[in-house]
Amino acid sequence: MSLELQNISMSVDGNMHIYNTNLTLKKGTMNVLLGRTSSGKTTLMRIMAGLDVPTSGKILWEGKDVTGMKVQDRKIAMVYQQFINYPAMTVYENIAAPLRLMKKSEDFIDKAVRKTAGLMRMTDMLHKKPLELSGGQQQRCALARSLVKGSGLVLLDEPLANLDYKLREELRAEIPKLFEESGAIFVYATTEPEEALLLGGNVATLWEGKITQFGKTADVYHNPNNATTAKVFSNPAMNFLNIEKKDGFIYFHNSNKIPATDIFLKLEDGEYLAGFRPNHLELKARSDSAFHFDTNLSVTEITGSETFLHLSYDNENWIGLVHGVHDLEYGSNLSVYLDLRHIFIFKKDGDLLQTASYVTNR
Amino acid sequence: MNNAPVKKGFFSSKSPAIMLLYIIFLMLPIYWLLNMSLKTNQEILGTFSMFPNDITFDNYIVIFTDPDWYWGYINSMTYVVMNTLISLGVALPAAYAFSRYRFLGDKHLFFWLLTNRMAPPAVFALPFFQLYSSVGLFDTHIAVALAHTLFNVPLTVWILEGFMKGVPKEIDETAYVDGFSFFGFFTKIFTPMIASGIGVAAFFCFMFSWVELLLSRTLTAVDAKSIAATMTKTVSASGVDWGVLSAAGILTILPGAIVIYFVRHHIAKGLSLGRV
Repeated sequence: MSLELQNISMSVDGNMHIYNTNLTLKKGTMNVLLGRTSSGKTTLMRIMAGLDVPTSGKILWEGKDVTGMKVQDRKIAMVYQQFINYPAMTVYENIAAPLRLMKKSEDFIDKAVRKTAGLMRMTDMLHKKPLELSGGQQQRCALARSLVKGSGLVLLDEPLANLDYKLREELRAEIPKLFEESGAIFVYATTEPEEALLLGGNVATLWEGKITQFGKTADVYHNPNNATTAKVFSNPAMNFLNIEKKDGFIYFHNSNKIPATDIFLKLEDGEYLAGFRPNHLELKARSDSAFHFDTNLSVTEITGSETFLHLSYDNENWIGLVHGVHDLEYGSNLSVYLDLRHIFIFKKDGDLLQTASYVTNR
Repeated sequence: MNNAPVKKGFFSSKSPAIMLLYIIFLMLPIYWLLNMSLKTNQEILGTFSMFPNDITFDNYIVIFTDPDWYWGYINSMTYVVMNTLISLGVALPAAYAFSRYRFLGDKHLFFWLLTNRMAPPAVFALPFFQLYSSVGLFDTHIAVALAHTLFNVPLTVWILEGFMKGVPKEIDETAYVDGFSFFGFFTKIFTPMIASGIGVAAFFCFMFSWVELLLSRTLTAVDAKSIAATMTKTVSASGVDWGVLSAAGILTILPGAIVIYFVRHHIAKGLSLGRV
């Protein structure tokens, strides 16, 4: 059992929404589509579901071409960001609806509904109408309906985005369990890198209608093969710095230079993009070799246990993420440090050239 | 704390007097109609009295026994129900299309629907009369029902479209994903969700068709003669039969009052065409 997208592209009114995409999802895998708003997650998912027909390309389900097949015949399940249930029916009937359409016996339906409801901890609410439930319960009802028919492909389009923080954490912990029980192909769209990391499995990072990388979640996170993936799969986004290697020195934009040792040794002369994650910027130097930057602090955001620092360095805007609460003055100059081990080197066009050494020595 | 005494008196917002006056002005004509319907003709013409001196139900008995009268009600009811069913049957799919699909000229068509209501019925009386006479529809219930759809379908489409727009498109798609056919989705999922809209639309169809006089009188003669037409033709050789006419008036108000009772919670939403 597998879902294969072959040379799929999608344009609406002359605007490209999805550029030529190839993707194979295997049976029993959790696949996360990670990308910012309007990066094409939903479009791609609708194509997988058969709700939209791609402009070109083929969709294969178990080797069979299902492009343009009616969605009713596709036997898939889908959950939206909005809480979509059938308001005129009780929760029980909501969950039972797909099974009734499959003409299952009353016995079978009752068992399946109660089992799924138990799994979603909804047994007490079966007699209620969806609109009498809280948001989290409504979404659980929608999830239950998507799971009950045991379809091979379950599409979840940002299912937790409209829930409050607490409920989101609760449901997020349940989804991998549900997934393991179903043995189906799960596709989960999200804008949050944390969610992708928590869910595990595979991740496909999307940027402006293109899949920039697809692979095991941890691999993609640690070894982004280009700057865009690194930007998408990092929250806050990865910081970048333009550097140039010349005559054994690394030059920065403001014509500061340092000797090109350590990680820069193997680079040929030329311009590069150095990338590093916000959490690797530090307020104290950990080693003598650490980079030192004099930056200007524009904003700080304190989340409680962490502090986000919005920094500007030359023309670059960076975000730093440091532990603890720091009382810093806006507009002041701030020295930040960056260990060489944490620097990814990308080519000017964005392709990864050299991964950060902390990843390889992990 | 604000301890200033609440202003009391005739013009205060809490005063029941204003409300009472309002209701009196509102109900006075209807009360007078009821008052007249329970009097004899002599009393109506002879004396001024706030209450019937001698309550009589003779006027009502006339209506329920004279076929000329009660057939008027049956005829009206028949074409009103026909009209409501046709209007809803046509408007439901039309409103769905307007609310869900983009097609060539959709916005113009949608507005054009409303312009149909801008013409007075009198404009259409002559063409309808001529057309129906030539195809043999004159003096049938369906003739009036069809003529009234000209005014009711646009309004119904507008009301229903507003309600349907409030239902997210994702519900349609979820239903298809779950395996519902379009028909199954429309009847089992969608219709219950816009039930109040359908109720309000039906109410408007009913009321328009029920009170419309000109077309119903022009397009009928004997077999499908409406109650409104009957009431205007009650002048006999012995003059106007005030009592019977009043009783007919009361009985004409009743169906509307009953229908409005059922949709009273949704009527405001319906009046704003579902766009609240």
